[in-house]
Amino acid sequence: MDFELNVEQQDLRDGFRRLLSDRCDHTTLRAAMSLPGAVDRALWAQLAETGVFSLRLPHDAGGLGAGMAEMVVVAEELGRAVVPGPVVASSLLAPYVEGVADGTVVVTATYPGAGDQLVEHLDGVDLVAFVSPGAIRVVPPSELVAKAASAPLDPLTPVHLVQTAIDDGASLVPPEEAARLWLEGTLLSAATQIGLAAAALDLATGYAKQRTQFGRPIGSFQAVKHLLANALAATEVARAGVHAAAVRSDENAPDPELGRAVGAARILASRAARRSTRACIQVHGGMGYTWEIDAHLLLKRAMVLDTHFDSPAGARDRLLASLSDA
Amino acid sequence: MRLAPGPEEEAFRTQLRAWLAESIPSLPDPPPADDWPARRRYDTAWQRLLFDAGYAGISWPADYGGRGASPSEELIFLEEIERAGAPYVGCNFVGTLHAGPTLIAAGTPEQQARHLPPILSGDHVWCQGFSEPESGSDLASLRTRAVREGDYYLITGQKIWTSHAHVADFCELLVRTDPEAPKHKGISWLIMPMNLPGIEVRPLRTLLGVSEFNEMFLDEVRVPVSNLVGAENGGWATAMVTFSFERGTAFVGELLKSQLMVRELSDLAKQLGQWDNEDVRRQLAELAADFDGLWALTRRNVTRAERGLDGSVGGSIFKLEYHDARVRMGDLAMELLGQAGLALGPSGPGTTDHVSEGLYALSLSIAAGTEQIQRNIIGERGLGLPKER
Repeated sequence: MDFELNVEQQDLRDGFRRLLSDRCDHTTLRAAMSLPGAVDRALWAQLAETGVFSLRLPHDAGGLGAGMAEMVVVAEELGRAVVPGPVVASSLLAPYVEGVADGTVVVTATYPGAGDQLVEHLDGVDLVAFVSPGAIRVVPPSELVAKAASAPLDPLTPVHLVQTAIDDGASLVPPEEAARLWLEGTLLSAATQIGLAAAALDLATGYAKQRTQFGRPIGSFQAVKHLLANALAATEVARAGVHAAAVRSDENAPDPELGRAVGAARILASRAARRSTRACIQVHGGMGYTWEIDAHLLLKRAMVLDTHFDSPAGARDRLLASLSDA
Repeated sequence: MRLAPGPEEEAFRTQLRAWLAESIPSLPDPPPADDWPARRRYDTAWQRLLFDAGYAGISWPADYGGRGASPSEELIFLEEIERAGAPYVGCNFVGTLHAGPTLIAAGTPEQQARHLPPILSGDHVWCQGFSEPESGSDLASLRTRAVREGDYYLITGQKIWTSHAHVADFCELLVRTDPEAPKHKGISWLIMPMNLPGIEVRPLRTLLGVSEFNEMFLDEVRVPVSNLVGAENGGWATAMVTFSFERGTAFVGELLKSQLMVRELSDLAKQLGQWDNEDVRRQLAELAADFDGLWALTRRNVTRAERGLDGSVGGSIFKLEYHDARVRMGDLAMELLGQAGLALGPSGPGTTDHVSEGLYALSLSIAAGTEQIQRNIIGERGLGLPKER
């Protein structure tokens, strides 16, 4: 057992953190908000160049031959930088769809279920994947009858209401592989939420050290300190849970065990992201409730990610199934 | 990152399992919770078994008679003894996990030779005299006085929460040797034999009704100066050494038991026709996720200890989240059982008394640093936030 990032994984994390903090800062996010619907293709090309979409491809296919452990490390950094666009879907489907790995094709994902079908980033992508635990069907946006939502929850995640049902046609992968990708997508969404939680903690902690009231930095007050300590505690437990699921996946753990690990990671990451992003808003006081401070972007992205792949409710069912087995 | 065990870890586990399978059936039935002399006999007999098999002092260096196991091996050891239903460390807790390691780090060769072997073999039981009625979270404000008189310290004062004091042979005692110095700089760490005149031990009942710990009154107790460990007035530093023993393994047995308890509550929910109750399902799933996350965090903390990194924040985070989950599990048990929970005793298909376990959980946010102190540690060391003053 050696359950902490190794040197290569630390380098991967640090490299992406540097790149993304340069390339995807407050100003970039604000610029993206003023161009609703677009996917920043220059940013996308740069992400592709650094290998975000080809991490998992084998070396002879131009990839890095990375496992889920590396994927979750990178997903956390993408979350930390609040990178706009369908990054999880594109990195997951890159091995199956021509042009995604090198960044020339952008693919978004949607998850057929009860209720209205929504597609994120429809105007900015080349393909839409209808993803379920049993099948993945990919169509171009031109085949869909869709209407844009005028004011989406997350200003960086435009959504369209789609009237076209895509529930037959050939699946991109056989059912077992679709099931595996479903779990991996769930785990990468959870990892992205850890990044959002960490970003919220950084933002809030920096503010709590610098903002003074009653003649002292507010971070010295236990009421504020303990709020942030709770958020860090949830985030650290969730990160360990996400890493454990990724490592078990790389170690080819059998499905009930892997499903349970992914389910736990999902529940913990969702909770950590909620706790941390809300604490971030609270610590900023009135400013935290404004459009100007990035805190709401972190919270809203975390809410978006809760709707991808297994919802926390689906994850709960997965865990309960594992309790039933014994 | 790797969770799978290496070949050496696997071999260690296999060997240990075989020994446990052979040894556990030979143990007598556990004694009643309130019969302390019997509990001492039971716990030290188990320690003797471990000693004879070479498992005593699992994390102690081999030079001092220990096993010299790595944190990962210690984790395996704790997992396996919990799974096998072996006794808890019990009366041997302070000796093997606290006083012994402190003597290894700060004791003289004479002190080590006199005290370490009988701790390992289960011949000596130790207790801890740190906290006082007026010194809880602010431990360094302790007032128990030690006045030097020739080759002796004359000790007068009062200690509290001294677990096992009525069956202990020795006490690791913090005393004030210089009342004029700043509070952290006038404390000394002493070995106090428990058979000296002037020591009175009075049991304290916990809210569970058992006498888990004691008050200890000291009236001019004469302790030889040769029992000083570390420097005179350097006792705070000696006591802090013990923090460096934190290897992230303190709650391994409890955590496995908690995971089992979630299964037991699921079975209970099925038995009571509550398995399809959405609210019950949500609570059970959240608890399963919590304990799985803490399982992963434990492994992370152990790896950090193995890499020589500071484990204080990880340990504090574990305590905080573990307590929270355990209290919620107690609430769920009571909700499922309804009035049946009022009788206490084993609830449902297992042998666990889930309601009492829920009450026990309330101690987890108080003992060994309150939850409020843990949050200060997390905020200040983990996030770098300024201290309050």
